[in-house]
Amino acid sequence: MTPEMLVSIFMTLVAASTPLLLAALGELVVEKSGVLNLGVEGMMLCGAVAGFAVAFSSGSVGLGLLAAIAAGVATAMIFAVLTLSLTANQVATGLALTIFGIGTSSLIGAGFVGRTIERLGPVFPAGLSEHPLLKAIFGHDIVVYLSLALVLAVSLFLRRSRPGLILRAVGENAASAHAIGYPVLAIRYAAVAFGGALAGLGGAYFSLALTPMWADRLTAGRGWIALALVVFAAWRPGRLLLGAYLFGAVMTLELQAKAAGVTWLAPEFLAMTPYLATIAVLTMMSLGRRTGRPDAPACLGKPFSAS
Amino acid sequence: MNQPHEQKVPPRLALAHISKSFPGVKANDDVSLSVGRGEIHALLGENGAGKSTLVKILYGVQQADEGSIAWDGEIVSIPSPKAARQLGIGMVFQHFSLFDAMTVIENIALGLDEAVDRDVLKARVAAILDSYSLPLDPEREVHTLSVGERQRIEIVRCLLQKPKLLIMDEPTSVLTPQEVEKLFGTLRQIAAEGCAILYISHKLDEIKALCETATILRGGRVVASCDPRTETTRRMAELMIGAELRQLERAAGDRAGAARLAVAGLSLPGEPPFGTDLEGLSFEARAGEILGIAGVAGNGQSELLTALSGERLAERSEAILLDGKPVGQLGAGPRRALGLACVPEERNGHAAVPDFSLAENTVLTARHRLPLAPLGVISGRDVLRFTDAIIKRFDVRTTSPAAPAQSLSGGNLQKFIMGREIGQEPGVLVVCQPTWGVDAGAAAAIRQELVDLAAKGSAVVVISQDLDELLELSDRLCIINEGRLSPPRAVASYGIDEIGLMMGGIHGEAGPAAGAAHA
Repeated sequence: MTPEMLVSIFMTLVAASTPLLLAALGELVVEKSGVLNLGVEGMMLCGAVAGFAVAFSSGSVGLGLLAAIAAGVATAMIFAVLTLSLTANQVATGLALTIFGIGTSSLIGAGFVGRTIERLGPVFPAGLSEHPLLKAIFGHDIVVYLSLALVLAVSLFLRRSRPGLILRAVGENAASAHAIGYPVLAIRYAAVAFGGALAGLGGAYFSLALTPMWADRLTAGRGWIALALVVFAAWRPGRLLLGAYLFGAVMTLELQAKAAGVTWLAPEFLAMTPYLATIAVLTMMSLGRRTGRPDAPACLGKPFSAS
Repeated sequence: MNQPHEQKVPPRLALAHISKSFPGVKANDDVSLSVGRGEIHALLGENGAGKSTLVKILYGVQQADEGSIAWDGEIVSIPSPKAARQLGIGMVFQHFSLFDAMTVIENIALGLDEAVDRDVLKARVAAILDSYSLPLDPEREVHTLSVGERQRIEIVRCLLQKPKLLIMDEPTSVLTPQEVEKLFGTLRQIAAEGCAILYISHKLDEIKALCETATILRGGRVVASCDPRTETTRRMAELMIGAELRQLERAAGDRAGAARLAVAGLSLPGEPPFGTDLEGLSFEARAGEILGIAGVAGNGQSELLTALSGERLAERSEAILLDGKPVGQLGAGPRRALGLACVPEERNGHAAVPDFSLAENTVLTARHRLPLAPLGVISGRDVLRFTDAIIKRFDVRTTSPAAPAQSLSGGNLQKFIMGREIGQEPGVLVVCQPTWGVDAGAAAAIRQELVDLAAKGSAVVVISQDLDELLELSDRLCIINEGRLSPPRAVASYGIDEIGLMMGGIHGEAGPAAGAAHA
């Protein structure tokens, strides 16, 4: 295998991992605040279609990314109003949000099916990435670098900063946090909005960077993998990075196997591998769990109303 | 204490004619009291006497309808807990508002109104821990700490704000005797430095040992104030409940008969993440006796209860014998049918389904022993009759048997649950914390029912953290610590120091001798 091939595989791996990492990182913050938003897939699709529509109409991929973030936040706010202000069931609302996202993206995207745009390019000048090794470092687009920076930022925010401490407190024990005097609902709204923004961005990465054309259900269930990743990572950003790249590797493997013309294994089986890996990892985690404390935030999924 | 100053300096806190009404009840009615600097003032009263309302008004959680609060002689308004903290009022709640998965220092940081640099905060906390010689590791996660240590977090949280008045809400309800001594030492030191302390409790012995003044509330009104150091406990108790205290009546002598419940070598791994492993527990509960099991929370009590109730099965059927029959592998229903009833500590959600009515909750456990659901069809009339009988006999304050369990106050629900189990006249009754949060009058009634049940030939096992209760109730006592149980001995053979040491994990054959030496 030539170095060029290895770098090419690596680039594919990074690209496949990035949307997962973004969506899962957003959901991690949401869950740390005690809210379980199962609508990641729906928010990703809304972001994907909004990003594509704006990029197609305006010709600017940057505007498309911003529109995707806005669409993700807007979709998340539907969830926030229903579950936080109106204390609807979070699981049911999250599932409904996914179905809503699938339908909405199909509707908006109906006119764009098959259209293409110019994809999001590398952020550094091409001269920097002539050598294969340099390309592996400098050849990525801005969203990749942003996602890695966000992992560090979220990790520091949760562990080191006072707002992060308060956010964790709200997820651990909402009643106590309220008693001490913290605005539980406002903090959760902010967390859900952040989760929506990252899910929207992650979705747009599909339509603007991975496959710069619109197709129905473009994200193909990656939102569910992002949800599983949060559990896999035991709500820790560092492990989330590891997990996202692991799944990215599995998906790349699938593509490479197809490209290499592997015939002894049905392509359908290859397409199953990321999802099988999800189930396998989650099962291993729950079998191997004998740590001293629960990983999940204690108030995860429990509605809170100040009274 | 500071007699000469009393005339010159205004009291730190003076409440005048405070009244507060809720729909249907007057929680505080013309309450006046004052607390001086460095004074430890007891606020005494049963559940529902208006103590918590008064304290909430003082801490800014609620507002008084009438009356005024004077702070250092000046009338103030306290619209929020933050305002209370700014005045210099600190409060240690009965149920700590702590975050289990976080470290001590993170919990303390969360309790502060302003952001403090981590290192600065660490230094300030270390200084306080040092000057009050409080043992507490700031980097430990809260769920690994004992209740006493958790309470210290709350105290440190208050002390960081240099309070002028510290409110302690029933602080000793879950502490070992040694921890109580330690707490009193700390409180005396805080008071000696000039901080006033408002100490809320219904434990009269403690108030006698600690406080200089006591204000007694009943039905929202101040019924007396006295000097607890000179007043008798009995008199204070009677002022508190407004009637003569019922003395526990029991026949003298050893009434114990054959073993009804025999546990032999019961081991059970604790449930992760916080469970305690039970290791080779053995004891017998005999007909006609009350066996007490003392211990600090989290030493295997809940595991023992679930193992006895049948929620978790023993490894061997012979590990638990009920009237000689091996039941270790039977589930909760069959064990109930055979006459083993259990009352877990957690009322809402474990002993009762919060959303179900009292009648429905009755069916859930009583159907095994009473003909409430012949052929699986619930007989509404019989259920109502039995539920009504419980409500009357145990004086449960509720609107009707159709009221949902969660609408009852904690003490009333406990009375109902105890009544439901005792009313089935089980051969063996295992109860965890039978009078937790129940006021003195009702607690006496529940204890009397337990004694009467034993007198009829049942075996009663009481698992409790309340030592006074165990000493009063039990014929024999054993101590559970880290999942191990000491052999049961007659209550009279223990010294209180010895029990405290054993609860703290210091065993050894020299126990009784050491206890005697201390006494």
